[in-house]
Amino acid sequence: MVKTYNVQSHTEHPVCVRKLYMGFPGETLLEEVSFDVYAGEVFVILGGSGSGKSTLLKHLIGLYSPLDGEIFIHGRSLTQATPGEKTQIMNSIGISYQSGALFGSMTLLENVRLPLEEFTDMPLEAMNLVCRLKLFQVGLEGYEKHLPSELSGGMQKRAAIARAMALDPSILFLDEPSAGLDPLTSLELDELILNIARTLKITFIIVTHELDSIFKIADRMIILDKRHKNLAAQGSPLELSRTHPDPWVRSFLNREKIAP
Amino acid sequence: MPKTANPSTLDYSLKTAQDGTVHAEVRGRMEAGSVGPLWKELASRLKKPRGGLVLDVEKVDYMDMSGQALLLHFSRLVQDRNLPVEIRGLRSDFRHIQEQIDCFDCRPRPMQRKLSALEELGRAAVNLGRDTRQFFSFVGEFVSAFAYSLTHPGTVRWRDVLSHMEYVGGRAVFIIALMGFLIGVIIAFQTAITLRAFGAEIFVAKLLGLSMVRELGPLVTSIILAGRSGSAFAAEIGTMKTNEEINALQTMGLSPVRFLVVPRMLAAMMVTPLLCLFFLLFSFIGGGLVMLSMDFTLSSYIHQLSTSVGMTDFLGGMVKVFVFSILVAWIGCVRGLQTGSGASAVGRSTTSAVVSAIVLIILADGIFAVVYYMLGI
Repeated sequence: MVKTYNVQSHTEHPVCVRKLYMGFPGETLLEEVSFDVYAGEVFVILGGSGSGKSTLLKHLIGLYSPLDGEIFIHGRSLTQATPGEKTQIMNSIGISYQSGALFGSMTLLENVRLPLEEFTDMPLEAMNLVCRLKLFQVGLEGYEKHLPSELSGGMQKRAAIARAMALDPSILFLDEPSAGLDPLTSLELDELILNIARTLKITFIIVTHELDSIFKIADRMIILDKRHKNLAAQGSPLELSRTHPDPWVRSFLNREKIAP
Repeated sequence: MPKTANPSTLDYSLKTAQDGTVHAEVRGRMEAGSVGPLWKELASRLKKPRGGLVLDVEKVDYMDMSGQALLLHFSRLVQDRNLPVEIRGLRSDFRHIQEQIDCFDCRPRPMQRKLSALEELGRAAVNLGRDTRQFFSFVGEFVSAFAYSLTHPGTVRWRDVLSHMEYVGGRAVFIIALMGFLIGVIIAFQTAITLRAFGAEIFVAKLLGLSMVRELGPLVTSIILAGRSGSAFAAEIGTMKTNEEINALQTMGLSPVRFLVVPRMLAAMMVTPLLCLFFLLFSFIGGGLVMLSMDFTLSSYIHQLSTSVGMTDFLGGMVKVFVFSILVAWIGCVRGLQTGSGASAVGRSTTSAVVSAIVLIILADGIFAVVYYMLGI
């Protein structure tokens, strides 16, 4: 029996973060952070180096426990979930790590098939077809039998997205998807994310540094502020870059130095 | 919507009409966790389709890519036999995914052609040739780097040598001592039982001394070295290889052999004979305890031991363990440098380092036995 919490105001959004304190005992990275991620949007987490972007992502996917506060995924509290409930919540999300984290000893098809083998009772023929469709979606048709080491960095990232989508999650978390990619491959990856978000109505939560990419794909974003251990801003990138009252936010987004 | 791998979220009814048309009415959520049973049922009914297929999905309220794959697969399967397919009531929001994957060719991809026995043999011969060339080139590279290091001791990274000596030697003392003590106790005890029948227990000391110094000491020390340090060398260097650190060394103009292999080998060569001494000492202590428990005096045990084991035996054992240490450290480093890509390659290298080291130790021990016999040692 899945325990549900009385969070009517939270259940309508795929991800709700309430008064989150994270970091290490005695040294917090973020304090009292709250935000919502709306269904079907591309949501970006931005911040300077060391501001806790990747740590926040690891909290959202349940790898780390917050010092205080709540994280709700589809209205179910991640912080209070039992291990069984956590697995159920994990099945509703997909994660693509910064390095791709593909299993080196498995072919691309086997990498994508692994979650299907573990969590569904589909026949092998069906799983293979679904995996080939996923790889087709990310533009890797014909590479099913390749090992990750035989692919370029961009292809590995796309394959990692295909694996993250294996169980058709409703939320996809991507950690620095364009890191280390050339501008053209990065652009292709942006288009892929937009295409998947629009056609499959998947909610994307992306940690990235690439401003060009943010302006192209993000519906909304949050900017982490290392100085105040809080959110410097949240909203649409264009709006924030033009009208946000804090000059630091505007300069961050417009890549300009603040006038002394 | 959260996806739960719960088959009960999908409900369906199937019937086959007289003309062979399969009618399927599906209700609920068509998703990865729920389409399995329907897929299997449809696959068995449509093994040899005689009529068409009617899939009624009007009451499906959620469909993910696995559900779409089912529609695509069975409609293509039936269409390929020139039979009619009708998908009823597909909601417009599911239709755009169908349009996107419409150009996908869902027939299984042709399998790669299997190689003939002759081709397999040819490939194996080419691989063997390549491995042999690599092996000799590594031996050459190693000998030249090692000779250079010996003639130019200033170029050796002594700090690395010391840290490897600490790992290979210092941290292995306890396990070596424990093994030595236990093996000493076991051998002394087992032989004492047999020799007691002849009233010849005092010869336990002779037997223990010779077998430990000439055979077991070098052999067990080297096998522990292979398990502890040979594997560690292969895993360390193998991980460096997969992380492209070896490439980085080469592009900096540094020789991986001089940088990584020479310090490890020097460390192993210097500390393994010392470890063997520890092994011998503790095995004699173990044997001594057994003898004392059989009412022999310590002085008679030591006397028997010292008269049975000569300097030639001792030096013969030390030469052996020195050569074994070279083999173990060398094969560990070679396997590390031969590592392919990926985490499993590191595992394979490590296993291979230990297995090869033990095989080499036993082979070399056999050669030593013959040589010592011919030399009268």
